[in-house]
Amino acid sequence: MEFLLYCYERRAVILLAGLRHVEVSLIAVLLSVLIAVPLGILITRYRRMAHVVVNSANIGQTVPSLAILGMVIPVLGIGLKPAVFALVLRGVLPIINNTYSGIVNVDRSVIEAGRGMGMKGREILTMVELPLAFPVIMAGIRTATVLSISVATLAALIGAGGLGDLIFQGIVMADRDLLLSGSIPTALLAIGADLLLGGVERRLRKGAVQEAF
Amino acid sequence: MSILAYFVKSANLILKLTLEHITITVIAVSVSTVIGVAIGILITRYRRAAMSVIGVSGIIYTIPSLALFGMLIPFIGIGIKPALIALILYSQLALIRNTYVGITTIDPSIREAGRGMGMSPWQFLRMVELPVALPVIMAGIRTAAVMNIGTATIAAYIGAGGLGWLIFRGIASVHTEQILAGALPVTMLAIGVDYFFVLLERALTPSGLRR
Repeated sequence: MEFLLYCYERRAVILLAGLRHVEVSLIAVLLSVLIAVPLGILITRYRRMAHVVVNSANIGQTVPSLAILGMVIPVLGIGLKPAVFALVLRGVLPIINNTYSGIVNVDRSVIEAGRGMGMKGREILTMVELPLAFPVIMAGIRTATVLSISVATLAALIGAGGLGDLIFQGIVMADRDLLLSGSIPTALLAIGADLLLGGVERRLRKGAVQEAF
Repeated sequence: MSILAYFVKSANLILKLTLEHITITVIAVSVSTVIGVAIGILITRYRRAAMSVIGVSGIIYTIPSLALFGMLIPFIGIGIKPALIALILYSQLALIRNTYVGITTIDPSIREAGRGMGMSPWQFLRMVELPVALPVIMAGIRTAAVMNIGTATIAAYIGAGGLGWLIFRGIASVHTEQILAGALPVTMLAIGVDYFFVLLERALTPSGLRR
């Protein structure tokens, strides 16, 4: 109860930090999609390259987020830009993997049918492969979004702001209310984003199946 | 100072923190495996509970690690205890889900063969289900181990020790060499552990199931 009162008094600070958090994560996810989806499509055309890219992406995903953040600083310094850069480095990998596997796993016979209707390479991509692979790509975007929200809390450390600011300050000052006023909204944000995109993904899956028949 | 010189100068510290990091990870992975595999087996027996158990572990998994630490500190304080609890909570999704999927996707003909030999449920679990599901369970342990190395880095901020300490210190004091002295070893540790589990998975796949 006391905590709720505390949150109410500090609502402006918490809201501002929350909005900043959403802003940083959203920019990072959008950039990740813009980079990763074309790259994922490209490697389905050059299968030999695909092996190298997918394997590197898998290894890249094992690198701890804090290490990525740390390694970005010597190169780009601190502030919003290096923070977004670190988030994008994290975010592109699941989207590349899912774009690739989504397209590669499209039923060959459906592509053949498209060819038989006289579709060219580009038409097959935009009218057959991408629509059918879209639910899988969306799952990758969902993973990237949750990751971005998580890494964005750490990015507060290098001056990107967001809810991580409140958590770090709360830990250092051993201030329970401050700590929780950062942690709980962050957790809700991540869970909310995951549920929302999970819902979108399910709808897309249903839609993709219905369209195919 | 060059990075190499810093590495040589602080070799002892880096080694000590690396060992701390490995210790936290090993404890967390061992405890998580016991809990996660047990829950995973249990929900193959109570299928109705399976989706909700996996769903709850999935929700915990999405909580950003710094936020989970933040929510644990008011109740458990700082140090290695909240760090271990967080790591164990995070690992549950990978372990429970993989154990469940590993056991429930066993070929029905293998099941029939076991039943036909008159095995008791306990024998069946020990001699059929677990060995056949082992590669999938191992994949879950691998995911958990790699994830724990990453989350343990962040746990340094709440006093759990490990290589994250150098990264946080380095960032706070704008000390590039110190950041890298934490970031590079922890990256190699994560990649190394991942590769170790790839080899282990291969070695543990029953020869009859190898492709």
